[in-house]
Amino acid sequence: MAFLDVQNLTKTFGQTTVVKGVSFAFDKGEFISLLGPSGCGKTTILRMIAGFERPTSGSIEVDGRDITHLKPNQRQLGMVFQAYALFPNLNVGDNIGFGLKIAGMPAEQRRARIDEMLKLIGLAGFDKRYPYELSGGQQQRVALARAIAPRPRMLLLDEPLSALDAKIRVSLREEIRAIQLDLGITTVFVTHDQEEALSISDRIVVMNAGNIEQLGAPHEIYNKPATRFVATFVGQLNTIEATVLDAAARTVSIDGQAATVPALPATADNGSAVSLTLRPEVLSVGARQGNDITLSGTIADVTFLGSVIRLRITLGSNLLSLDTFNDQRTAPPARGEKVTVSLASKDLLVL
Amino acid sequence: MKTNRFWAWLTFALGAAYFIVPLLATFEFSLRMRRGTYSFDAYASVFADPYFVSSFGYSVVIGLVTIVVGVLVVVPAVYFVRLRMPWLRPFMEFITLLPLVIPALVLVYGYIRLYNSSSIIPFTGSALGTDILLTGAYVTLALPYMYRAVDNGMRTIDIGTLTEAAQIMGANQAQIIGRIILPNILVAILSGAFLTFAIVIGEFTIASLLNRPAFGPYLVGIGTNRAYEPAALAIISFIITWGAMGMINVLGRFAPRTSARTD
Repeated sequence: MAFLDVQNLTKTFGQTTVVKGVSFAFDKGEFISLLGPSGCGKTTILRMIAGFERPTSGSIEVDGRDITHLKPNQRQLGMVFQAYALFPNLNVGDNIGFGLKIAGMPAEQRRARIDEMLKLIGLAGFDKRYPYELSGGQQQRVALARAIAPRPRMLLLDEPLSALDAKIRVSLREEIRAIQLDLGITTVFVTHDQEEALSISDRIVVMNAGNIEQLGAPHEIYNKPATRFVATFVGQLNTIEATVLDAAARTVSIDGQAATVPALPATADNGSAVSLTLRPEVLSVGARQGNDITLSGTIADVTFLGSVIRLRITLGSNLLSLDTFNDQRTAPPARGEKVTVSLASKDLLVL
Repeated sequence: MKTNRFWAWLTFALGAAYFIVPLLATFEFSLRMRRGTYSFDAYASVFADPYFVSSFGYSVVIGLVTIVVGVLVVVPAVYFVRLRMPWLRPFMEFITLLPLVIPALVLVYGYIRLYNSSSIIPFTGSALGTDILLTGAYVTLALPYMYRAVDNGMRTIDIGTLTEAAQIMGANQAQIIGRIILPNILVAILSGAFLTFAIVIGEFTIASLLNRPAFGPYLVGIGTNRAYEPAALAIISFIITWGAMGMINVLGRFAPRTSARTD
């Protein structure tokens, strides 16, 4: 049986429906990301799980118990907020011990649990410091410790890394994932950053305009996007215009070359135009074994990203993005250079 | 540049003199009770007066009760309006400004009509009842200051998120207000409390018309009967007020510090 079971969850604010009958179920110990652009309803879903918003309809069950109508303080959940939300009047130790104190845990046990938590987040000896004396990353680690100290049934993370610098963001997300795996705590993580979601989740719920676009493991979301929205929102995507040669045989003409694609839309007729999409990394400069389509174009732009060089290539009416590894022995290609690029027709996606 | 500074200093000196000279004159006058020499006789006389001690003590007690009642009324009200009913804020602003617009005299006549000894709620029928009425009047008078102080205090902290953070960890409303909100706005509350105290200590109209032995009526009585003591009392009042202001400044240093960092 699912540990977190959300059924037909709907939330309406006045005339606007921000969450439209969303259902999903997850197992104990999973790390789940709700991913989507701002306004897609992901934060509203998290707030309904936390109990800060009342669902217009639908139900939320945790561990077989219906919590839809419980108050937030009766749900035994832990939550980390984007703005840290540490209590400014309490020191680190008292912040972490707050939930334990409310639960009536004796002082000695509380002390031990606080020390255990401080060790877990790598801030042993910081218990007498006040939040304003800590860096943003340290504050968010304290907030994490505070959330998990009372051993909640589930951990909710509301964009906990968004207020942090890029470097801290990466190191803290790895730390969060390590602690989550260590404790085996079911976690729901809300983010608009696809890289964050892809790197630390067991499964991702991609949301748009109040609906679930796709639910799956990170590699499924990236490699087999179910909708055009998922494909463009998660990772970079190129579009190539093609003409259908034979709909039944799934052959198309790309820039005058015939190619067989894995699938075609049901509505495609012979001679009609279709848009094919592909990821930047499946394109390569020059010929490569296994690539059956070769196209020639002009380099329109070169972006040097360190280990990777991103090229923008004009191919007839198409502008393609292509990633290639940096080679220390040769200079990156120049703008205006003529190039041939190749790709494997099996990597083409039809959305 | 230099001339600019000269004019700035001159303006400052003139402004300061406008306040300080009368104060110095009052102080000097208060020292002249004994003929031909400066002495603190007027102060000794004031402190030896049993009415000074009793009326001051009475006003201090009423002041403290006013502060407690004011905090109990204002803090939860501001908290819930900010958190749940933000659309009520303009209305709150208006209500809390009324005591500055309506003269205390109107307020106290209203009270006497409403709560006189032959009314349904005869507050003025007993000394304790009148004290309660007086405290209620002072809570109202201090409302503009207490409300603004508390409202400013709550503006500096993110009460919405702090409330949610405490709620999800199991805290109920009373625990949230008592353990999180109150301690974080304590400095703001104290500054409101000192202003309330200063108002209560000097208030004359209401205390006098309700016939309570408060410090305000005592000050006025002394002023009409004696020569040197009123000057000494004026200086003592100044010291009390400045002490209160000084306390606000000192406590300001303990205000919760913002901790929004990205590193």
